[in-house]
Amino acid sequence: MPRIKDIKKVLVIGSGPIIIGQAAEFDYAGTQACRSLKEEGLEVVLLNSNPATIMTDKDIADRVYIEPLTVEVVEQLILKEKPDSVLPTLGGQAALNLAMELEENGFLKRNNVRLIGTTSETIKKAEDRLEFKMTMEKIGEPCAASKVVKDVQTGIEFAESIGYPVVLRPAYTLGGSGGGIADNRTELVEILENGLRLSRVGEVLVERCIAGWKEIEYEVMRDSNGNCITVCNMENLDPVGVHTGDSIVVAPSQTLSDKEYQMLRTSALNIISELNITGGCNVQYALNPDSFEYCVIEVNPRVSRSSALASKATGYPIAKVAAKIALGYTLDEIKNAVTKKTYASFEPMLDYCVVKIPRLPFDKFISAKRTLTTQMKATGEVMSICDNFEGALMKAIRSLEQHVDSLMSYDFSHLKGEELLEELKVVDDRRIWKIAEAIRQGISYEDIHRITKIDNWFIDKIAILVEMEQKLKTEELTAETLKEAKRLEFPDNVIAELTGKTEREIHDLRHDNGITASYKMVDTCAAEFAAETPYYYSVFGSENEVVETSGKKKVLVLGSGPIRIGQGIEFDFCSVHCTWAFAKEGYETIIVNNNPETVSTDFDIADKLYFEPLTPEDVESIVDLEKPDGAVVQFGGQTAIKLTESLMKMGVPILGTSAENVDAAEDRELFDEILEQCEIPRPTGGTVFTAEEAKKVANRLGYPVLVRPSYVLGGQGMQIAINDHDIDEFIGIINRIAQDHPILVDKYLQGKEIEVDAVCDGEDILIPGIMEHIERAGIHSGDSISVYPAQSISQKTKETIAEYTRRLAKSLHVIGLINIQFIVCGEDVYVIEVNPRSSRTVPYISKVTGIPIVPLATKVIIGHKIKELGYTPGLQPEADYFAIKMPVFSFEKIRGADISLGPEMKSTGECLGIAKTFDEALYKAFIGAGVKLPKHKNMIMTVRDEDKEEAVEIGRRFEKIGYKIFATEGTAKVLTDAGVKAMTVNKIEQESPNLMDLILGHKIDLVIDTPPQGADHSRDGFVIRRNAIETGVNVLTAIDTAKALITSLENTDIQKLTLIDIAKIK
Amino acid sequence: MKAFLILEDGTVFTGTSIGSTKDMISEIVFNTSMTGYLEVLTDPSYAGQAVVMTYPLIGNYGITPDMESRKAWPDGYIVRELSRMPSNFRCEGTIQDFLKEQDIPGIAGIDTRALTKILREKGTMNGMITTNENYNLDEILPKLKAYTVGDVVSKVTCDEKYVLEGNGPKVALMDFGAKKNIAKSLNERGCEVTVYPAGTKAEEIIASEPDGIMLSNGPGDPETCVSIIEEIKKLYNTDIPIFAICLGHQLMALANGAKTYKLKYGHRGGNHPVKDLTNNRVYISSQNHGYAVDGTSIDPKVAKEAFINVNDGTNEGLAYEGKNIFTVQFHPEACPGPLDSGYLFDRFMDMMKGAK
Repeated sequence: MPRIKDIKKVLVIGSGPIIIGQAAEFDYAGTQACRSLKEEGLEVVLLNSNPATIMTDKDIADRVYIEPLTVEVVEQLILKEKPDSVLPTLGGQAALNLAMELEENGFLKRNNVRLIGTTSETIKKAEDRLEFKMTMEKIGEPCAASKVVKDVQTGIEFAESIGYPVVLRPAYTLGGSGGGIADNRTELVEILENGLRLSRVGEVLVERCIAGWKEIEYEVMRDSNGNCITVCNMENLDPVGVHTGDSIVVAPSQTLSDKEYQMLRTSALNIISELNITGGCNVQYALNPDSFEYCVIEVNPRVSRSSALASKATGYPIAKVAAKIALGYTLDEIKNAVTKKTYASFEPMLDYCVVKIPRLPFDKFISAKRTLTTQMKATGEVMSICDNFEGALMKAIRSLEQHVDSLMSYDFSHLKGEELLEELKVVDDRRIWKIAEAIRQGISYEDIHRITKIDNWFIDKIAILVEMEQKLKTEELTAETLKEAKRLEFPDNVIAELTGKTEREIHDLRHDNGITASYKMVDTCAAEFAAETPYYYSVFGSENEVVETSGKKKVLVLGSGPIRIGQGIEFDFCSVHCTWAFAKEGYETIIVNNNPETVSTDFDIADKLYFEPLTPEDVESIVDLEKPDGAVVQFGGQTAIKLTESLMKMGVPILGTSAENVDAAEDRELFDEILEQCEIPRPTGGTVFTAEEAKKVANRLGYPVLVRPSYVLGGQGMQIAINDHDIDEFIGIINRIAQDHPILVDKYLQGKEIEVDAVCDGEDILIPGIMEHIERAGIHSGDSISVYPAQSISQKTKETIAEYTRRLAKSLHVIGLINIQFIVCGEDVYVIEVNPRSSRTVPYISKVTGIPIVPLATKVIIGHKIKELGYTPGLQPEADYFAIKMPVFSFEKIRGADISLGPEMKSTGECLGIAKTFDEALYKAFIGAGVKLPKHKNMIMTVRDEDKEEAVEIGRRFEKIGYKIFATEGTAKVLTDAGVKAMTVNKIEQESPNLMDLILGHKIDLVIDTPPQGADHSRDGFVIRRNAIETGVNVLTAIDTAKALITSLENTDIQKLTLIDIAKIK
Repeated sequence: MKAFLILEDGTVFTGTSIGSTKDMISEIVFNTSMTGYLEVLTDPSYAGQAVVMTYPLIGNYGITPDMESRKAWPDGYIVRELSRMPSNFRCEGTIQDFLKEQDIPGIAGIDTRALTKILREKGTMNGMITTNENYNLDEILPKLKAYTVGDVVSKVTCDEKYVLEGNGPKVALMDFGAKKNIAKSLNERGCEVTVYPAGTKAEEIIASEPDGIMLSNGPGDPETCVSIIEEIKKLYNTDIPIFAICLGHQLMALANGAKTYKLKYGHRGGNHPVKDLTNNRVYISSQNHGYAVDGTSIDPKVAKEAFINVNDGTNEGLAYEGKNIFTVQFHPEACPGPLDSGYLFDRFMDMMKGAK
């Protein structure tokens, strides 16, 4: 069936801020879908509150609204833009839930707007636990024995009738929020209470536990004519019990015979047909490893994280095809964009093996439990492709950028026998390393399998890698062994370590014996048809099939790897825009990246895509083959920056700011010299390597001081120390991770934090705007609310900032982007950090000022001057809008993580509030971040001594809008003394009713808890904050954030929001 | 032990010997299925050919009770890697042992993708697997060029007829190299299935008064099956409902004056989209054929195209005018591959019911 003719204008809803369980994959899906719709000549209106995304670019949609994702906003937007259709299946659970609400309240019908992609009946059948179960029963598809409960008592009764353990799954939540496995009544009550609260409809499914079964997924597509295909199936190495988002996943399935494969495939097709889905769908199964018995775990009637993975794993563009199906096309009418010969109505065949490993945030949340459960914790993931499983696993491991490059990287050798078996029982992110150690110690496959339930086939593959380690360690290194080690993707440095040789020796030995990487194509069809898509992965011991390309100049764009806290989707935005800009300038573009969730790894972004780890060795293999004319590192975050030195050694020119100058910004002494020359003040400080040195510097400067490792992103390991004891502790933490670079100790200044991004062409600079942080210095810039244009600094200060930026950019010989952070105390401006590269704020500031920073920087890198590009150098005039970037956190997902803000970044994403007035922008930003107040108008305040004065003012304002304030003794006294009514409550350790009872009473809107500076060892504060977060209460840990929140609450009414099309900002 | 795969065009791949160490010369074809290697190995349609598996990891779940005939048929087996540790609850042994037991020579550790690309670009060609390091290309290449698949149907068909009991319609199954699941699919639907050797005369079958006739899949060039085609002409002229798969489909077409031709490199795998021209529905099918019916060569008064391949437009099925006969090129019996077109057996059941 051809396209439905009366679809002319489509509203696409995005997924909002990046949070755990809903991440970059939806930018990828949304971007692909929007491009697919525009290709059909449709007008696309886009709504997404996330400014860091590529989809919210004016290149992607015709009208772009970066507004909060609420029912009110969507309604207003539909009335304003009058789209005829809404496509909600590409924006994750967020978009789907919004669409459901609009359908249920009758708004869409009243306004003659249709849902395309899927119907509300379908969404309900798939998402509502009871309806889903009934539907499955109707078509004879088995589900685990289960019951939907709305209260704890019914849950207990049902659980005890089917027996523990039971799995709990709240309805309408994402990433399995609030779910878990309960082994007994106490655990059941705990998880169930939490789950009931988190569920949009107050329902939780209590289910027979099938933990330990194989977890298998199918990605299915269906069109309006009923044609169905499966794009790919995937097998989790981690059996049922670990959320698939936190599992190591392999595609295609490895341990299923054709009978099992086809049984589940047929089931998936039956389900998608019965649900009447048109578009993409993901079906998850638990398969009994000892029989053909299986259960349907879950169906997602939309594009999901797994579909992004399946798309990248197979080359089949699921989102693009789903968008075409939504318009009425059938699969046999849609061309396969990879082969350009076949059609979308076929099933991809892989002639390689794909491994995905989740990127977990335990390096950021040291206090958090590493245990993996049915609640997802990963912030991102890496994918690798190889012609053997072992190789794919090794490549994925080193793609993680977590200081791991082999199965020896986490050392469990201190655990022996029983101890190791005990440790194996702990299901965490280091499980494959524990299995490797178990194999080294001669523990049998049977024992490992009995404990972990991981299939013997995978255990054997780990054993093959361990055997190779032993062989390299104990035998003379022959060319034959080296060849086999490389086939298994042992990196040179690991081989060197094992053989006692240097990495260089291994490198040379390889080249002398012709053992080099060759590249194979991902073509969707196992070479059955010639494909035109240059999407490659490396293997050893095979023929190279990369085609020699044009005589154009070639540029290598290094991507930013997995999404993690501190290095998110914004760097993908920069990489993609840089690639497009180079292409426009006539370059052949080559992207190297390993993140399956992102736009940059879509097959039609660059001229060539290498899906590879971003290590020097892996990049060198590509360089040897492609011989690029230059490489760009300034857009791929720290991942790319870290490769600068290696690239120079390979003889690849670094385009833009040179490596020495990147170094100068990081090298303390060099940088101090430059600042001195430029006459720019900075907080005094020193470079140290040991705790003793650090204490000496700290005492000289006077506490508090800021302690941080150099060469890090997202303030990892950065802390404010108030005494010698803190220094010992922090340096200890920093040194847990091997450091090649020194540690910096600076005087901590508590002023206003200001940030600028600028483009510099070597002579002139262009500053799109100055951003100011709401929170005072001391909180990581990524976790601060950022305001553009800066509000509270004088014109003179702005000029000083622009001047300092110019001086710094010039002295550092910056060609391209530079990001500088300042502290302003009165009229004094200090530089605290300089990054000669793109930053987190680039997408946001580009969008709100309408200045295409990345394309401009790219043109400058190529050699153009700012003046020729039509811009007047210097600080640009301020836009007509206030734009506020609000950090968004995923604390409720990470059990045991401390949520208090400090110099180390903790947010996973961001949203934007943009409006004509500051107050409205702020209000929108809070709404977009999910802070919807007031509800019960009860709040708790417990603030540190330094904040007490300001707390009074805040308390007074909350009281004025009707809030009842509860406070701990000290805070309550200050408030009451100042005439603000406050009820004193007992601290946690005191008798009931105490703080905890209040929080667990579900009547509290807000907790303002500002912990003291320095190493905070008070369990009390930690417990309050955790419990508040886990019961869904908003918690603010900085007094400035609290002030901003009350300002937003005082001023605006949601019905009156003005919606701004940022595509029109020039 | 080292093994060598030598192609007709002189290309040599060096790998490791698997299975039997005897030399073999055969036609080299590739299959893109990611699961179902055992079903492929025991599909009689591969008689006279050596199979390359494009999926690189073979043998992961070992040998399961999923054989599609009594033995393995390919002359040779070519893979990237055999799993040393099969794992599955039904696993009864390793593929390594199976290949040895079945005396099938093979080669592992070669770049199967590069090989597939050669076969795709140059078309199916003959090749040799040998463990003799001192092979002489000058001697071997002429032998390779001379190899033809020849009459393989007689090799793979059953020696004498046998019956699968059932209470429903009586089906006569002509075994040209039938996969077990064809008889099983009918038998499961209640049919009493009598399996006849390929050389059985039409008269004998007609005399048994079956409710339907099933023409099976099988190996080789359909045009060489001259005597069988003569018998099929006689079957066509009865009113007995006939359903035919793969070689059976080609033979029925030839019996009605159509032409068949050799595809450049065939269709072998479990992902081929076929379109049912009556309702434009697309089904993903299991395929294994090197020859195809030229859809334009058949008199439209005799038969109409019922299915076509979505990828290359080749004929995938015919519906015979005024007859209870329909034939398909693909494999509704699956094994390996998708079960999507299993409904065709139901259609055959209805046809037999309707004819009564």
